[in-house]
Amino acid sequence: MAVKSAYIARKGSKAEKADRSAGKNSGFSSEEELRAYKDMLLIRRFEEKAGQLYGMGAIGGFCHLYIGQEAVVIGMQMAVKDGDQLITSYRDHGHMLAAGMDPKGVMAELTGRRDGYSHGKGGSMHMFSREKQFFGGHGIVGAQVPLGAGLAFANKYRGNDHVALTYYGDGAANQGQVYETFNIAAVWKLPVIFVIENNRYAMGTAAPRSTAKSDHLGARGEAFGIPSEQVDGMDVRAVKEAGDRAVEHCRSGEGPYILEMLTYRYRGHSMSDPAKYRAKEEVQKMREERDPIEQVKARILKAGMASEDDLKKIDADIRVIVTEAADFATASPEPDASALYTDIYKTA
Amino acid sequence: MPNILMPALSPTMEEGKLAKWLKKVGDNIKSGDVLAEIETDKATMEVEAVDEGPLTAILVAEGTENVKVNTPIAVIGEAGSAPSPTLRAPSPTGGEGDNSPASSLSPLEGEGGSRRLTGEGASLKDPDIPEGTEMVTMTVREAIRAAMSEEMRRDKDVFLLGEEVGEYQGAYKISQGMLEEFGPQRVVDTPITEHGFTGIATGAAFAGLKPIVEFMTFNFAMQAIDHIINSAAKTLYMSGGQMGCPIVFRGPNGAAARVGAQHSQDYAAWYSQIPGLKVVMPYSAADAKGLMKSAIRDPNPVIFLENEILYGKSFEVPKLDDWIVPIGKARVARAGKHVTIVSFGIGMTYSLAAADKLAAEGIEAEVIDLRTIRPMDFATVIESVKKTNRCVAVEEGYPQFSVTSEIAAQVMTHAFDYLDAPVARVAGKDVPMPYAANLEKLALPNADEVVAAVKGVLYV
Repeated sequence: MAVKSAYIARKGSKAEKADRSAGKNSGFSSEEELRAYKDMLLIRRFEEKAGQLYGMGAIGGFCHLYIGQEAVVIGMQMAVKDGDQLITSYRDHGHMLAAGMDPKGVMAELTGRRDGYSHGKGGSMHMFSREKQFFGGHGIVGAQVPLGAGLAFANKYRGNDHVALTYYGDGAANQGQVYETFNIAAVWKLPVIFVIENNRYAMGTAAPRSTAKSDHLGARGEAFGIPSEQVDGMDVRAVKEAGDRAVEHCRSGEGPYILEMLTYRYRGHSMSDPAKYRAKEEVQKMREERDPIEQVKARILKAGMASEDDLKKIDADIRVIVTEAADFATASPEPDASALYTDIYKTA
Repeated sequence: MPNILMPALSPTMEEGKLAKWLKKVGDNIKSGDVLAEIETDKATMEVEAVDEGPLTAILVAEGTENVKVNTPIAVIGEAGSAPSPTLRAPSPTGGEGDNSPASSLSPLEGEGGSRRLTGEGASLKDPDIPEGTEMVTMTVREAIRAAMSEEMRRDKDVFLLGEEVGEYQGAYKISQGMLEEFGPQRVVDTPITEHGFTGIATGAAFAGLKPIVEFMTFNFAMQAIDHIINSAAKTLYMSGGQMGCPIVFRGPNGAAARVGAQHSQDYAAWYSQIPGLKVVMPYSAADAKGLMKSAIRDPNPVIFLENEILYGKSFEVPKLDDWIVPIGKARVARAGKHVTIVSFGIGMTYSLAAADKLAAEGIEAEVIDLRTIRPMDFATVIESVKKTNRCVAVEEGYPQFSVTSEIAAQVMTHAFDYLDAPVARVAGKDVPMPYAANLEKLALPNADEVVAAVKGVLYV
């Protein structure tokens, strides 16, 4: 069994399901392993830099980092195709990079500058890219869930075979609109994949304190007849495999699918969260034993897909990309004062 | 001998067609028997018997149109009494002579009839209608339906979604027949979950479709207001102009009749506060049609506030292939020189009725129908006030932080030196809507209050 962590391993049928989805890993090709490694590392390094810039005062307001959860979005992106849509909450930097958005534009939005994706008017929580089919970036917990189903509705209405990946967390899983959406998505057979990023904490509230059956969030779809899987969200291969099954289900017109990703965020809820609600040892243990990037790295080295030096080179290249993004984001001018009154209404 | 009266089958029904008798004179009637079918402009309903005994007379023949609520339509006699088949000839108006309505049964009669529409006043023709255009009479309901259908024929991305819009034919019959024409892909019945389906419609608009979201009433849209404001209205700005949300949120707004506090509220001021939304609130059928077509074509989220009382009201509508009324343009509905009355939506009924009464006293009121609340056509209002030097603003919503308070502020800012009196306001009372007929009447504005306000600013 690939699953070893006390967090992932559990008793009962759901545990078997998680084990099964992880255990079915046929293994990535060398190309897939290296892609996953690079893509996850870009998110990690980008977020580390964002945290640093926040500390320097270059980024303001809320800034929710994705460090620790990288395997979820990268595994899912490996399962979809161009034209499939993506929508998530305010913890969105990783999703934007995974969707192929330019790190410079994302970072410049974090710094509130003219060259950011929203020209400085959105910030960390509100960025979009029609070109990359990234639909935000939403600051109200759970709101992206019906919005994502709406993207799926448009696919079905137009008769194309695209699917909409709709991400939300264990906190949002308690929002009523999620279940209104489950109901409609099931009745209308919308091609939407609900990806629950269960990182175990809704801001500072450990999931069991706020959430009934907090480690079975996907199972909530059973009431609506929506199939679900619980997935080791720290293992990019497990994510991709489950993503393949979900995508196949949706594309074939079978309606929605739920993937509950068991994952973990290393940093606080936002930059201003000291994370006193959990033991440092818990974070440390997760980093040491389950880190999604280290898992891939170890496999690459063990299988001889690349050398230690090759991986160092990849890391160095990514650090250059991130440094350039930070330089760009701090050099870009603030929006012109006239931008205050633009983009309120669209002209036909 | 109990009379069977023409029943009121909805809070706002005033008359209906006696479509079919299912019992005949001489039949012995038991409680619960279906006596007849009644057609309203919204639905066909069955009339069930309450009293028991032989049906001794049918007073209104089947096929009779426009039978007023509370008109006696049949008589049930004592057991064993002889039938007296005195069939009255179909009468277009129903109740007359001894058919005078029984007292307290209908909310629409007598003192309780606060929701009856009164006089119209001489309306000015819309200057945007080309000379010589043929006009057709149409209800507001038909106008909204026609506008949606025309736009759906024109653009495949436009679809209608909401509770009971399809198979039920619309809770207020606005979408009657549309399912048959456009099919279930484009006339989409939803579950009763406003938050969820509004979010889904907004997401579909993000993806480039052009949804029309029908709220059964705008009271229920409060469940969905987060998506209307945070998702639909703000995303264009938050995306630096990249996104956009071409969507219409529509449905009846404001007080209907006798439906109590939770179902009687005017949201014009609420939505008009939000940058990123446009807010439209038509009065006439011509404006309802032309503005609905504009709203559907608009690339921004538009709140389209209708009124149940106005749905069945008829107006002249220009017979044009593509009748469009631009959003953001007020209309001078009646010209006058002594005072400017500014209103919108159902407030226009009070305003025009007041103008009639005032005219009889030699006071010529200019009545402006705002039609759009946001963006508001202040220029038309200011121009009129500069001429009349007096302004009364009229609405049905709550008075505090209202559309009329905004009008007062704008007039003060832009026409202060022209004012001969402070701007007066007539609004709904600052109370939740009561149920009792007399209290409801007190809670709503009326023409006499408008007349009094006008006399106040004229110091007469």
